[in-house]
Amino acid sequence: MEKQVILNPTHLDLTLKRLSHELIESHNDFSDTVLVGLQPRGIHVVTRLKSYLESILGKEVQCGNLDITFYRDDFRRREKPMIPSITNIDFSIENKRVILVDDVLYTGRTIRSGLDALLTFGRPSKVELLVLIDRRYSRDLPIQADYIGKTVDTLISERVSVEWKETEGEDKVVLFTKESNE
Amino acid sequence: MNNLSVDHLTGIKDLTRQDIELIFKTADSFKEVINRPIKKVPSLRDITIANIFFENSTRTRLSFELAEKRLSADTVNFSAASSSVKKGETLIDTVNNILAMKVDMVVMRHPNPGAALFLSKKVKARVINAGDGTHEHPTQALLDAFSIRERLGSVEGKKVVIVGDILHSRVALSNIYCLQKLGAEVMVCGPTTLIPKYIGDLGVKVSHNLREALEWCDVANMLRIQLERQDIKYFPSLREYTMLFGLNKEILDGLSKEIIVMHPGPINRGVEISSDVADSKQSIILDQVENGVAVRMAVIYLLASKIER
Repeated sequence: MEKQVILNPTHLDLTLKRLSHELIESHNDFSDTVLVGLQPRGIHVVTRLKSYLESILGKEVQCGNLDITFYRDDFRRREKPMIPSITNIDFSIENKRVILVDDVLYTGRTIRSGLDALLTFGRPSKVELLVLIDRRYSRDLPIQADYIGKTVDTLISERVSVEWKETEGEDKVVLFTKESNE
Repeated sequence: MNNLSVDHLTGIKDLTRQDIELIFKTADSFKEVINRPIKKVPSLRDITIANIFFENSTRTRLSFELAEKRLSADTVNFSAASSSVKKGETLIDTVNNILAMKVDMVVMRHPNPGAALFLSKKVKARVINAGDGTHEHPTQALLDAFSIRERLGSVEGKKVVIVGDILHSRVALSNIYCLQKLGAEVMVCGPTTLIPKYIGDLGVKVSHNLREALEWCDVANMLRIQLERQDIKYFPSLREYTMLFGLNKEILDGLSKEIIVMHPGPINRGVEISSDVADSKQSIILDQVENGVAVRMAVIYLLASKIER
């Protein structure tokens, strides 16, 4: 596997700050907007965005975690069952503007499941999608993001991994490429 | 470890500690799901489950059916009273006829010990034992342990006493296996006639004195006296049983510490447990019922993931 850093810590930080400002541009003071991170990796993006948004706005931004395991379309198509993570949405999303957040947008299947899972909590007035990395031209479903940290063109054989200080020791985005002679 | 080591749930005896912990972890998520405005997930929408009950049941059957429906499975119900079993059909024939209609999983309660194991070896479907005679009732034991874990944080190292008719109780046997696998200490308590002679071989303590047993434990699981299974008189009268082994407020308040009271239902109020105890803050009887749905969802979900497409 060949490793290529596509966002280093400084750039990742800048990107997250820019996304926060973009969100404020269209959601003003976040009075009826909430962030919902998709488990397991989207929640780290939410944690960062929340702290930037709150320092800019000077008020609390409601955030939740959503697990989509039971809504996936590949149940019984895998070797082992997926083990769910924690869902934690302790506010009503009824008539709220919800921003779904994930780290990487690839086939769009996770987001499709996420939409299904989200709607069991109520009827939001609007749902938007924010992703840190958009892997372009690789969608299985007609799903696009409203806010994008960085767009990358990748092959199916490649893998994009978003790493965080809390879990991997450093904030960065890495592209793994299979070597051609493999 | 994110797959069960078994293909069927016939008894707790066959499960590993990892299996039980996996079921609990999955049940945690389902418990959150069943408290949402929409209490349903689409995971099992292409699975059909038959609930076959050769013995009466309200709670277990309802709980299984709700669990199946909240997973979006299709369900068919069948009870022996209104079936061809009365016309002389064998168990295997009955089940194979149901399976011929493309059923993927069978939940069965049967009066004969070992019926679920027998079935799991003979038919092409996942089998869940919902109680086989006086043998095992695995989902009840799982939900009991899950409820203890929920209330006390963990099961490891806790002391649990099971009081009552141990001889005829599948709940007792499954509970003993389950609690011991999770690292709890178990004691059984009841009249000598209702405690099997060799129960000590399972590594459980035995007591014939309720107060002493309660003083020792953190959790008391009060079983119902199963008069329907008692072919001879095991004790002189229900009144005498209640006086010696019935749990009432006076005994509970007289203990040196606060214990948790459980009951697998159905309760005979005023026999094994008094009304004020059953409705007290220390009782987690209704939590057990709520957790039953979540735990059964977890078991069905994990077994269904093993059904071939």
